[in-house]
Amino acid sequence: MARIDLVDLAQSYSGNDADPASFALKPVTMTWRQGGAYALLGPSGCGKTTLLNLISGIVTPSRGKILFDGVDITPLSTQKRNIAQVFQFPVIYDTMTVGQNLAFPLKNRGLPKNEIDARVAEIARLLDLEPFLSRKAMRLTADAKQKISLGRGLVRSDVAAVLFDEPLTVIDPELKWQLRSKLKALHRELDLTMIYVTHDQTEALTFADTVVVMHDGRVVQSGTPAELFDKPAHTFVGYFIGSPGMNIVPAEVRGREARIGGHPIALNRSYALPAGAKVELGVRPEFVDVATPAPGLISANIERIDDLGRVRFARLRVGDVKFAARVPSGFSVSGDVAGLVFDASRVHVYADSLLVEGAA
Amino acid sequence: MDKTVNQKAWFLVLPVFLVVAFSAILPLMTVVNYSMQDTFGNNQFFWNGVGWFKELLDPSTDLGSRFFASLWRNLAFSAIILAIEVPLGIVVALSMPREGWRVAACLVTLALPLLIPWNVVGTIWQIFGRPDIGLLGYVLNNMGIEYNYVSNEFDAWATVIVMDVWHWTSLVALLCYAGLKSIPDAYYQAAQIDGASRWAVFTAIQLPKMNRVLLIAVLLRFMDSFMIYTEPFVVTGGGPGNSTTFVSIELVKIALGQFDLGKAAALSLVYNLIIIIVCWIFYTVMTNAGAERRDEKGVA
Repeated sequence: MARIDLVDLAQSYSGNDADPASFALKPVTMTWRQGGAYALLGPSGCGKTTLLNLISGIVTPSRGKILFDGVDITPLSTQKRNIAQVFQFPVIYDTMTVGQNLAFPLKNRGLPKNEIDARVAEIARLLDLEPFLSRKAMRLTADAKQKISLGRGLVRSDVAAVLFDEPLTVIDPELKWQLRSKLKALHRELDLTMIYVTHDQTEALTFADTVVVMHDGRVVQSGTPAELFDKPAHTFVGYFIGSPGMNIVPAEVRGREARIGGHPIALNRSYALPAGAKVELGVRPEFVDVATPAPGLISANIERIDDLGRVRFARLRVGDVKFAARVPSGFSVSGDVAGLVFDASRVHVYADSLLVEGAA
Repeated sequence: MDKTVNQKAWFLVLPVFLVVAFSAILPLMTVVNYSMQDTFGNNQFFWNGVGWFKELLDPSTDLGSRFFASLWRNLAFSAIILAIEVPLGIVVALSMPREGWRVAACLVTLALPLLIPWNVVGTIWQIFGRPDIGLLGYVLNNMGIEYNYVSNEFDAWATVIVMDVWHWTSLVALLCYAGLKSIPDAYYQAAQIDGASRWAVFTAIQLPKMNRVLLIAVLLRFMDSFMIYTEPFVVTGGGPGNSTTFVSIELVKIALGQFDLGKAAALSLVYNLIIIIVCWIFYTVMTNAGAERRDEKGVA
C-alpha cells in the first residue's frame, strides 16, 4: 500500500539519445494516491502498457524516477518492488492446482503456512473460486483461468499496487461485466491501489474513479469520468471518450464570438488566443440539437440518422467537417439540410489541441 | 445429401499398393518364410515351425543367451544415453540466447553434429580415441589415465556413450529450445512479479511447457539408440568380446557372418515386434496427452 509518484519519467526503446518525439513514453510527472482505482485509457501504441511495465519494473526507465511513499524504487527489481500485475492473457502454472496457484506468490515470499491458507481462502471466496481450489488449474475455462490470474494479483495484502494490463480481453462479454463489477467490489473491500490499463472507454469509466487518458506517449488528461466528459483537456480526449465522440470544428474565435465557416456562434466566456495557433471548437453531440433551418443557425447537410434506441444522432457535414448532433425527441427530420442549435455553456475552445479557459 | 458411390477410386491406390508390396511386404514375407525353415545349403529348405523362435526366447540356448545379452545391453545403453542427453539437452536449451545473431550461431553449431553421417561419426571417434594417433586417447594416456577402447570394456562403453551424446544431444537441445521459445513473455513476467526463484520458474513454467517436445525427444532418442548399429560397429566392432554388441550388431553377425538365415529371421521379427510395441506405447501416451489438451480447450 503506497502512494506512487512518477517524477519526470520517460522511456525510449531506442536509447536515451533518440529523438524525444519517438519516445514510447514522453516525460510525465504525476501522483497516484494510495487506495485509488485508476484506469489508464488510450488507443493501442499510446504508451499505456509501457507506463505500467515501468511501474512494475519489467522495464527500466530511460529517464526519471518512481517513488513509492516517497522512497525511490527505480533501481529495484520487480521482485523487490512489491507490485502485483495481471496480464492480458491468463498466466497459470499448469502443474499446480488452483489453490497452489493462488498460494504461489505468498509461498515464494516465505509466509507461514497458516497465513497463506487464510489469505488463499479469502481470495478464493471473493472470486468464487472455492469449488475449484483442489482442481488442476490447466483444465479450467479461460475465464476461470483469468480469475486465477486476478487472484494471484490480489492475494498479497502488502502490495504497493495491483496493475491490470487489459485483463478482460479474453473474457466473454457478459462475464466481462461480472468480473469488472467484481474487481470494483474487491477494490472497495481490499483497499489496494489498482491501475487498470484498457483501450475500452466503458471499462475505464465503469472501473475507475480516476481515468488517465494517454495519447501518443503523453498523459493528456487525468480526472473523473465526469470531468473527462464535460471538460476534455485535449481534443483527443474529446473524441476518444464518448460515443459518438466530441465534434471538433476549425473556427475563428474573437472575444465572446466564434465563427464556423462565417457563421457566428455566441460563447459563454471571452477568449484571448495566442496568434498563429490552430483554433478549434469542441462540443459534444449531446449538446447540439438539430432544428429546422432558420436564419441565424448554422446549416448542415444531413448524411444519415443513427437511431440508438434511447436517443437519435444525426450525422451531418458542416462545410467539409463531419459533425454529429442530437435529434430532439419528437423532432422529425425532413429534407437534407438542418440547422444546429448549440448549448453555449458546453462549447469549448481549443488552441493547438489544448483546452483554453476563457475569462468570465 | 447422398454422395455418389464410385468404387473406381480404389484403382488410384493400386500403384502405391504395388510399390509397397514389392518393397516391403514381399521382403517381409521372405523373412517370415526363412524364420520357419532350416537349410543345409544347396537351396534346400526344411520346415522348422516355431523352432527358431523357441530357441531364441530360451536363454539356456546359445542363440537365446546371445539375444538376451544383447537386448539387455541395448536397453542399458538406451537408458544411459537418455539419462545423459535429456537433462543435458535441457540445460543447453536453457542457456541458449533468446535473441540476436547469437541465436543463429548457436543453432548452426548445434545442428552440425546432426548433419554428419553415422559412419563418419564412428570413424571420427575411432581415430580420436586411439592411444597412438588419436588426440583424446593420446592425451588421456599421457595424463596417466589408462584408456584403450579396444581392450577395456569400460573404455569401450564410455567411448560409445560419449560419442552418442556428442552426436545427438543437439537434437534434444533444439527440440527443447523450440519448446522454450513458445512460452509467452507474460509467463516470465508473472513469475518475476510472483517472486519466483529461478528453480521455481523452471519447475512451474519451463518444464511443464516443454513436456510435449520432451516426450518427442525421448521417443526419437529411444528408437534411434535401440536401433543403433553403425557407430559402435565402426568404433569397437561390438568388442571387446561381446561387450558392445547391440541387438542389430548381433543380428548382422548371425545373418551375414554365420549365414544362419532362420535364426536371423526369427531374431529380426522379434526385434521388429519390440520396436512396434514400444512405438505403440509412446503413440498412446502422446495421443492421450494430446486428447487431454483438446479436452481442456473444449471446455474453454
